Amino acid sequence: MAETQSECKLWVFVEQRKGKPAEVGIELLGKALNLAEDIGWKVGAVLLGHQVEKLADEILSYGVHEVIVADASGLAEYHNLAYVKVLERAIREHEPEVFLLGATTMGTDLGPRLAARLRTGLSAHCIDLELNDTGELLAVIPWSGGNSLGRISCPRTRPQMATINPGIFDMPPPGTVRGRIIYINGAVDQSDFGYRIVETHHQEAKPGDLETAEVIVVGGYGVGREENWHHIEDLAAMLHGAVGATRPPVDEGWAEGNQMVGQSGRTVYPRLYIGIGISGHMHHLVGIKKADLMVAINQDPNAAIFAHCDLGLVGDLKDIVPSLIESLKGYSQ
Amino acid sequence: MRIIVCIKPVPDPKYAGREVLDETTKTLNRQDVPSVINPLDKHALEEALRLRERFGGEIVVVSMAPEASLPLLREALAMGADRMVVLSDRRFAGSDTLATASIIAAAVRSIGPFDLLLCGDETTDSGTAQVSPQIAELLGVPNLMHVSSVQVSDEKTFRVQSQIEDGYMIAELDPPMVLSVVKEINKPRYVTLMAILDGEQKEARVLTADDLILDEPWIGLEGSPTQIVDLMVPEKKTKAEMLQGDARAQAQTLADRLYRMGFCHG
Repeated sequence: MAETQSECKLWVFVEQRKGKPAEVGIELLGKALNLAEDIGWKVGAVLLGHQVEKLADEILSYGVHEVIVADASGLAEYHNLAYVKVLERAIREHEPEVFLLGATTMGTDLGPRLAARLRTGLSAHCIDLELNDTGELLAVIPWSGGNSLGRISCPRTRPQMATINPGIFDMPPPGTVRGRIIYINGAVDQSDFGYRIVETHHQEAKPGDLETAEVIVVGGYGVGREENWHHIEDLAAMLHGAVGATRPPVDEGWAEGNQMVGQSGRTVYPRLYIGIGISGHMHHLVGIKKADLMVAINQDPNAAIFAHCDLGLVGDLKDIVPSLIESLKGYSQ
Repeated sequence: MRIIVCIKPVPDPKYAGREVLDETTKTLNRQDVPSVINPLDKHALEEALRLRERFGGEIVVVSMAPEASLPLLREALAMGADRMVVLSDRRFAGSDTLATASIIAAAVRSIGPFDLLLCGDETTDSGTAQVSPQIAELLGVPNLMHVSSVQVSDEKTFRVQSQIEDGYMIAELDPPMVLSVVKEINKPRYVTLMAILDGEQKEARVLTADDLILDEPWIGLEGSPTQIVDLMVPEKKTKAEMLQGDARAQAQTLADRLYRMGFCHG
């Protein structure tokens, strides 16, 4: 039996694990609906899993035109080759113009394999999307090095694919259901799995985690050496905040990999951001969203970060941070 | 066991932010920034060395890089890789991730059968993290990303730990496979002077497009499905208000502001 044909030109992969959708998938639906409206396209949410009817209904409430569902026991857990097989088949059948995924651990694995299978272009870790009136997708990415952004197109092949960082777009509010659910072929064999999952561990998010922290103190390479790193931690503790890092301190071993803030690390939403010894690289700055107050402390008065902050302090962090902690103590008594 | 390790020279991440975009040529000025082997690639090589210590075999390093990077890339031979293949051709220039993966996959095919292909999970320059899963796809082998541990009981089954958002997954897979590693996997060894001298003696072959059986339409700028439309410097917020005075005075002003905004807790 032939599948119901999708009328949607813009597809968004809404990833789920254990029946819970990744927020970035929903964020992308909101953005996709805005983009598509301008050129009269419809938006389909693509959902793969097992027994995901409830989730399909939930996704429909975000105002999408279709939820395109592959529901099969072989899709209960994420096996990249099985997911690629199902998505390749659906894309060849329904020919969407655009296929978007969240830049999660799943999306950054699934997206590239699927793009290679389809021999099409994929823009990675995008921080914005544009769709022009001819249906051409322009994906905005932090450009390697420097304080610049690049706009990437995919002129010759379809679908035009992109992975988008979590937290870039707002979650749309659930609203009126206007769309339909259509089912696509989700059949896969054991031999399509590629690997056998032995076990999966989930850790509960701890308070003080970067994503939920109101205050974040982030250290960069300018902290200078491991012995200075405690200044970052002391200030964060004083402000009941979380500690973050740019890439070099992680590479140097002063900070943990899961503390990295930025394009390839975490996206954070603090009320207060204090960046110490940070030059102001786009790869880091794109990870900071919606801060009420951004403060930078740097020895170099010309550091690029001062162009992105509200308040700047110039000097040696070994002088400024202890003074700041002393002054803050005066207020907390 | 034959292990292939993919490495890439990148601008030293310690100098991040020092490159400036030339507004007229739309290129990055990287003159003052030295190159290094992408840090995570050294973790990939370290894992290969540990596996070879246990199971024997050969480690071949593959890099698509300008020939001028050879001295830098020799560090991989000094660390202990057996030989190196450098893919260098003007026709490769401008390759996007898929084109790069096509070229590397062709080089891997020319090397012959392998058990394991290791990469860093991402590079510090473009950071797309796309090339390794695309190499796996083009070679038709399974892959796992975000790998923080590899255990091999016998040479037939690899038990691999792969990080996910709120935890990790343990999976088993059979060779050949592509694994991309994160820094938690190991601590790369330091290179001794003796090892550097030793590395100088090892084979480093430069291959061009003519040496590979390539999927021609898929290489270089022309063959890349993605194209750069433009580069731009994002709109800057108004410049920061710079606090005045010495360290103590600036710190006091900041503390006042934070207090007024309600950031001081008892």
